Amino acid sequence: MPLIDTPDGPVWKRRATKEILIRWFFWLIAVAIIAYAWKGISDKTIWFFVQDAPRQAADIGGRMIPPKFSYMSRLWVPIWDTLNIATLGTVIALVIAVPVAFAAARNTTPHPIVRTIAIFIIVSSRSVNSLIWALMLVFIFGPGVLAGTIAIGLRSVGFCAKLLYEGIEEIDHTQVEAIEATGASRAQQMVFGIVPQVLPTFAGIGVFRWDINIRESTILGLVGAGGIGLELNGSINTLAWTQVSMILLVILSTVIVSEWVSAKVRGAII
Amino acid sequence: MSAADTELPSNWKKPPFIKSPLLRWSIIIGSAIYLALAFGTMDVDWQRAAEGLPRGKRFIMAFFPPNFSDNLGVMWDGIFESIWMAIISTVAGIALSIPIGLGAAKNLAPNWMYLTCRSIIGGSRTFPEIILAIFAVKLFGFGPFAGFVALSIGTIGFYAKLLAEDIENISPSQAEAVKATGAGWWQWINYAIQPQVMPRMIGLSVYRLDINFRESAVVGIVGGGGIGATLNTAFERYEFDTAAAILLIIIGIVMVLEYTSGYLRKWVQ
Repeated sequence: MPLIDTPDGPVWKRRATKEILIRWFFWLIAVAIIAYAWKGISDKTIWFFVQDAPRQAADIGGRMIPPKFSYMSRLWVPIWDTLNIATLGTVIALVIAVPVAFAAARNTTPHPIVRTIAIFIIVSSRSVNSLIWALMLVFIFGPGVLAGTIAIGLRSVGFCAKLLYEGIEEIDHTQVEAIEATGASRAQQMVFGIVPQVLPTFAGIGVFRWDINIRESTILGLVGAGGIGLELNGSINTLAWTQVSMILLVILSTVIVSEWVSAKVRGAII
Repeated sequence: MSAADTELPSNWKKPPFIKSPLLRWSIIIGSAIYLALAFGTMDVDWQRAAEGLPRGKRFIMAFFPPNFSDNLGVMWDGIFESIWMAIISTVAGIALSIPIGLGAAKNLAPNWMYLTCRSIIGGSRTFPEIILAIFAVKLFGFGPFAGFVALSIGTIGFYAKLLAEDIENISPSQAEAVKATGAGWWQWINYAIQPQVMPRMIGLSVYRLDINFRESAVVGIVGGGGIGATLNTAFERYEFDTAAAILLIIIGIVMVLEYTSGYLRKWVQ
């Protein structure tokens, strides 16, 4: 924070002149990139449709009101399916994530090569979106709940394993050493020294991911992987807008409830 | 053998994770019942799944070797579209998030404004980007503009929420010190609030850029443009080798982005 001498005495400025120039230079580059990116998008946009959007919005909005409440009777099964996709997917993910996490944590990995493989599993599971997983699995297992469950599971492995192995790396090592001093084997050290320390983290991760998975499983139906997304896709394709608004209401309340449950459970664990 | 040895308990059990036995058993039994019900009603066509396995093998074999050359032009188009979309939607989303985030901070905003801004955030957080994208496509037509709108709205829910929480957690003494110099509201925001939240916010915007790129890879599936549209087309034309190439490129870019964003965030903080 420099004081700049002027004829009227020193004046305080937040930054020196050189710093200001550097900042302006970075801003210039940023604005150039943004302008170029915007050009890339606007070249591929049909502006007539964009100008037409308010009218379209009013039109669709008008058709969506009121939601068709009687449609609810046909939604219970898809909701149950959605819950199952999310829950069973999370269970699958946790089962796979535990060995991966122990292989990926620096203090428990059997060998650096194993660690590299585990990290690769984590990264590749995280970088493919669950919708893309579902797109591929629908080809293999056929449309339905199974493809969705496995897609959610594969997608969540990376997330759960990453948080879990970070948890394992942050444990208090003295406890493990104490167990080791009693003459425990490596497996016993893990069960009695490490597992009790990471169990709360593990439970927290599970619930956290479950909450995210509820959100994700509502859309898997768009590619045919079961759940309420299937109904949503069908209703949109048949332009049944009152059903669409009803489904959106249901998704909204499911997400709110799951968020509340997950917050409560995590509050109880931690 | 001395007397002390015999007095030690010989059978020690690990204390259970959940201490109350009632809660523990009700959780165990409840989850068993749930799992039974879930598997019972899941309606899995095992025959179809078994049939699918050899098909799945053929499907996976069709991915190898990934074909980078045949549709190179289209692939580059899609990737650049995704990158532009991610940049623009991050910038627009953050620009919209700043006023909303300021309004959603309890220590800055009056109550009515707090509630309005919080409900905007809540609204944009509940629906996944894909659902937003479906509606954006309906409104704005196919193409990257729809994806841009959907991702920007998604960005608001994420960024404004974290910004508001960060502002609520600032150190009040610094803010008070600036206020004591007689600063106006804008000066107060600029010199007391902004420097405190800036490092974390820069990190988060890089992180959000990363997320937006990932999401831009899927909004294409519903018509929102970008690499997702290219990927979807490849799947629909059964060009699995091209699809594999696209997936590898997505994974590659995401990995690069993740490392850069992690590095940048460390560097900023």
